[in-house]
Amino acid sequence: MKKLLTLALAMLMVLSLAACGSSGTTEPSANSATSTEEGAEATDITTVEPGKLILATNCQFPPYEMVADGEGVYQGYEGIDIELATIIAEKLGLELQIDDMDFDSSLLAVQEGRSDILLAGLTYTEERDEVMDFTTKYATGVQVVIVKEGSDVTMDNLGEKLVGTQRGTTGYQYASAAPEDGGFGEDHVLAYDNGATAVQALVNGQVDAVIIDEAPAEQYVAANDGLTILPTAWVEEDYCIAVDEGNTALLDAVQAILDEMQADGTLDAIIAKYISAD
Amino acid sequence: MDPTALYESFKALEDPGFWQEAYMKFYNAWFYEDRWVTYFQGLLTTVEVTVIALILGVILGVVVATIRTAHDQQRLGRRNPVLGVVNLFCKIYVTVIRGTPMMVQLMIMGFVIFKSSRNFTMVGALSLGINSGAYVAEIIRGGLMSLDPGQSEAGRSLGLGYLDTMRFIVIPQAFKAILPSLGNEFITLLKDTSLISVIAGKEIVYFAKSIVTKTYEAMYPYVITAIMYLILVLIFSWLQGKLERRLRQSDRR
Repeated sequence: MKKLLTLALAMLMVLSLAACGSSGTTEPSANSATSTEEGAEATDITTVEPGKLILATNCQFPPYEMVADGEGVYQGYEGIDIELATIIAEKLGLELQIDDMDFDSSLLAVQEGRSDILLAGLTYTEERDEVMDFTTKYATGVQVVIVKEGSDVTMDNLGEKLVGTQRGTTGYQYASAAPEDGGFGEDHVLAYDNGATAVQALVNGQVDAVIIDEAPAEQYVAANDGLTILPTAWVEEDYCIAVDEGNTALLDAVQAILDEMQADGTLDAIIAKYISAD
Repeated sequence: MDPTALYESFKALEDPGFWQEAYMKFYNAWFYEDRWVTYFQGLLTTVEVTVIALILGVILGVVVATIRTAHDQQRLGRRNPVLGVVNLFCKIYVTVIRGTPMMVQLMIMGFVIFKSSRNFTMVGALSLGINSGAYVAEIIRGGLMSLDPGQSEAGRSLGLGYLDTMRFIVIPQAFKAILPSLGNEFITLLKDTSLISVIAGKEIVYFAKSIVTKTYEAMYPYVITAIMYLILVLIFSWLQGKLERRLRQSDRR
């Protein structure tokens, strides 16, 4: 009896401790990060961890974000989004922390208060706008179709083939929609954890085509022999930065910095650094 | 009341309360556009993969365990060289499979060995079966070796052949002893089927993940998945319990 009692008490203590822990971390601490350099615009921003800007992204999406071979731009990562985030964090006077995760997890991270900001070659959609707040677009994304050289896959017969996609991307969502909604149905679509795996499946011949954003597609095609991109784009869309729904202070601050970068040409310079204009 | 009508009525509300919000999220994860069908589609694949892997695992396990036990229980100085070679292969198989993670094995099977196969479910079932075989082999070997040698000696002294001794004396006793750990292994196997989503095997987790990417709401799809696995495991352990009780009938009289 005594033993049982001690056990119960111990459990209670552990549980109460756990309760403390969760309430401490889940609620975004209402700390105002005071910026030292920029001052005015960054005074009333709420972040998950005071003094830190946590970026959720999926670093398998070259050239927007990728794991660098060496030092990289920041903490061993590099890419357009990483450079953008570095500048944003710097201007806000916050320390940038990059959380690299699966793309579908990164979509949830922001709205669940685990990350502050989401830059992942993220396409604006209406459904996503309901759960997150978006800035204006900073780049144009095009969904393209990668096929094997000399294969008979065209835009028209894509629906009869097996298509590989990256889970959570708009490419996956459009393709896996029912045929009456303009998709191909679940039976013709496979979702992989990242784009590289989908392309690997294409090289192996496990899928007939891969639908993915143009910029990474070009890198995958360059890295693998015998692949080619179909000439017509599948869908065209806007890449935006997202923050948690309702975090207007952060959104406005990020938007201001983005506008500034667009105006003075920094944004174009960063994009040109990774994507050679042709 | 019709779930869709209820959902619409909640959606029209200006400021839905906690429970109404919860219901709408659940509706999105279950009823919306007949999403529940995909969970059951996934469940079917899960059961299919489990059954195939189970059969394969048991066959592999019995064969390997028999070879290993037969080799280890030879009398000193009378070793069979052929058995030694086969035993070595069995040992390598068990070592490699037990020494590498299930997920890595799946990826090697899916993206390297069967890289031109499109039947992801079968590739998954095959890798799970091979994986399970190694564990089952060790469990069965443990059961056979744990029995007092006096048992089979007694059988042989009574004039039974090797196979008859095994069939009537050793295996019935060993089976009873290994049943709990065997059940454990099967439950692990059942839950490991969730890993085949990494090679695009379309089981429950695959569909749950794809629903999450459409609703941006992780709780209900994953909780529903967890409940489905739990129900499967409960059914399984109930069956195992029945079998154990039946086998215990001869224990004390």
